[in-house]
Amino acid sequence: MNWIANNLDQVGQLTLAHLAIALPPIVLSFVISVPIGWLANRLRWSRGILRWSSGALLTLCVLLYAIPSFPLFVALPSLIGTGLRDPVNVVVGLTLYGIALMVRTSADGLAAVDPDVRESATAVGFSGWSRFWRVELPLSAPVLLAGLRVVAVSTVSLTTVGAVLGISSLGTLFTDGFQRNIPAEIATGIVVTMAIALIIDAILVLVGRLLLPWVRATSRAGGPRTSRSVKQAVVT
Amino acid sequence: MNLLLDAIRWVFDPANYGGPNGIDTRSGEHLALSGLVLLIAVVIAVPFGYFIGHTGHGRGIIVPLSGGVRALPTLGLLILVALNVGIGVVAPVVALVVLAIPSILAGAYSGFEAIDRRVIDAARAVGMTEWQILIRVEIPLGLPLLIGGLRSASLQVIATATLADYVSGGGLGHFLFLGLQTNNYPEMLGGSIVVIVLALASEGLFGLLQRLVVPAGVAARQPKDVRLRPVRSQTALG
Amino acid sequence: MIEFRSVSKQFPGGTVAVNDFSLVIPSRKTTVLVGSSGSGKTTILRMINRMIDPTSGSIEIDGEDISTLQPVKLRRRIGYVMQNSGLLPHFSVIDNVATVPILSGMPKKKAREQSLALLDTVGLDRSLAHRYPSQLSGGQQQRVGVARGLAANPNILLMDEPFGAVDPIVRAELQAELIRLQRELDKTVVFVTHDIDEAFLLGDQVVILETGGHIVQVGSPTEILSDPANDFVASFIGADKGKRALTIRKTPRGEILVDSEGRAAGVLVPAQDGADR
Ligand SMILES: Nc1ncnc2c1ncn2[C@@H]1O[C@H](COP(=O)(O)OP(=O)(O)OP(=O)(O)O)[C@@H](O)[C@H]1O
Ligand SMILES: [Mg+2]
Repeated sequence: MNWIANNLDQVGQLTLAHLAIALPPIVLSFVISVPIGWLANRLRWSRGILRWSSGALLTLCVLLYAIPSFPLFVALPSLIGTGLRDPVNVVVGLTLYGIALMVRTSADGLAAVDPDVRESATAVGFSGWSRFWRVELPLSAPVLLAGLRVVAVSTVSLTTVGAVLGISSLGTLFTDGFQRNIPAEIATGIVVTMAIALIIDAILVLVGRLLLPWVRATSRAGGPRTSRSVKQAVVT
Repeated sequence: MNLLLDAIRWVFDPANYGGPNGIDTRSGEHLALSGLVLLIAVVIAVPFGYFIGHTGHGRGIIVPLSGGVRALPTLGLLILVALNVGIGVVAPVVALVVLAIPSILAGAYSGFEAIDRRVIDAARAVGMTEWQILIRVEIPLGLPLLIGGLRSASLQVIATATLADYVSGGGLGHFLFLGLQTNNYPEMLGGSIVVIVLALASEGLFGLLQRLVVPAGVAARQPKDVRLRPVRSQTALG
Repeated sequence: MIEFRSVSKQFPGGTVAVNDFSLVIPSRKTTVLVGSSGSGKTTILRMINRMIDPTSGSIEIDGEDISTLQPVKLRRRIGYVMQNSGLLPHFSVIDNVATVPILSGMPKKKAREQSLALLDTVGLDRSLAHRYPSQLSGGQQQRVGVARGLAANPNILLMDEPFGAVDPIVRAELQAELIRLQRELDKTVVFVTHDIDEAFLLGDQVVILETGGHIVQVGSPTEILSDPANDFVASFIGADKGKRALTIRKTPRGEILVDSEGRAAGVLVPAQDGADR
């Protein structure tokens, strides 16, 4: 506890540095992935080379996802010409992970929109563009949100790994605490990192509730636990 | 690109094989560590997951808890444990087991939950005991999702095990840390390539396994991708 | 004989699904519980094999209070067939049918042989024995479900809307098959449906239920048709709309029956023995 009191400044600064690295990938990967996911989903229903390229796109995401982050942070500088200790490496690396995860999620979320709903939206006169904004996007929003939450939590946690490369973040508390043998410093790093992750997660949940009020109404009847009893009722 | 070629040359240079710091030895360590971690995690997580999946009890506690664990930075846990038990292989094992548990747990219980309730209901109605329902119905039908969870866990563990050598825990991280200190790019990149190959091999292996364990009667109905997406939620660390 | 004595069931949520239900279900006859959705039919049925335990009251089978019996043992001597068959998707047809005998300790080989014979009984081709349920049509799956229900040679067969999910043509086939089976096997069948025509077709005793498992009328189809207990029953069986009010019209070739709207509903033939159901 003493350690925290004496180093409040440092913790504050590292927290800001942490957020500066972690937030851009969360936003960027979301913004980049949804259109790609939409495209991948579109192509999934076409034929021949286009369909194949959709599969290839999604497979590429899986492969990208399989690349461990620490080696990626190490390898990126030589690929994009940044310095070895440049925070940009971590931002780019985490954005790539976010994309790898979100493209699949977006494609699946959009694919899960009931084709009947989509057709009837077309039938009542939505154009392709407005149908996307007014029908497909809102309906796949719960899935997108779930994916975004996963990306956010893991991004915040992964940002600490940059510290072993000497890139400042809350992870610096780990490496520094290790070298100087201060468990309290490490514990502080863990707690603050988790707190940030959970706060961002909570914010996303809250935003979701505000933007998607209908989800709660439906999921109350069909949440993971309740759906069981609903199904049970269907059985009986 | 030159760097990449150098890295590939490094990977295939016979001089980098043999001895305690050979690529072969280090890969072996890396895999042994990952295997051990997965084994321990399975032993801990699967019974819990099956209990939750079969009874529905404890879900309200375990699910948010394992969600919280996903937010835990593995590097921090690794170092904290190392400070307490000393450097070496114990700290990585502990930290990686904690990392692996949520995916395997979720694979175990969601595998059960994904089974059509009517099937279990009917099994009970014809006179199966709870134990028989578990062994003959739930475990075989839930296996694909469990393997899916194991697949995610394995990917995370192999990736994150690169951090083990930060606390002298061995494995392929050695080349990354050494290369980093000496500014040896081919070594860093080469080490990364080997880790990536192991990660992809794990993906391939578990992907195959996942297909193999789908019961024939179920495969006949749904040639769907049984990969468990919610479980793959934590990005590969390290 | 199955006897319900003042049986009530309140679910944990507070719903009283069945309230003070008493009924005698005679042996070797088909009793059909019919009523609208949520009237408690399934709950009543599932209390017989202790899938659900009553909150109060008692149920006896041949004079034995079932609450003293072990649920698993009880279930193994009672056949159970449900809508959507509930077959195990990872067992082949033959293994599904043989499930209960094998559970009860019959050697596998013998259980399989016996199950093959059961496939004949329910009118399934033996060539389907090694298919998986997902490779069968809905009607075929339902037949497998019936075969499984019969596998342990139970005296009692519980059927919960077994033909609810198949198309009308297949349903008619399955109904005919069940009538034939029942003539051969002479089981105590308790059958749940919300199709009153099915109830009249299959039932020796028909029980019309309202919400809460409240019995509105019990009787043979003849009794219910000739004397509906109240307006609810009358409208439920369609008597009020004239659907069942048939009149004889003479034609040069014989006598036909027409309904109140003048549509042909059947022909008039001399009565046969035992056709008074
Ligand atoms: N497990 C349960 N928990 C709580 N309530 C239940 C449960 N099962 C049934 N109920 C309630 O009990 C009442 C009777 O249900 P039941 O399933 O017996 O009706 P049913 O006559 O079989 O209807 P259906 O024709 O739709 O199958 C309903 O109101 C139902 O919601
Ligand atoms: Mg019912």
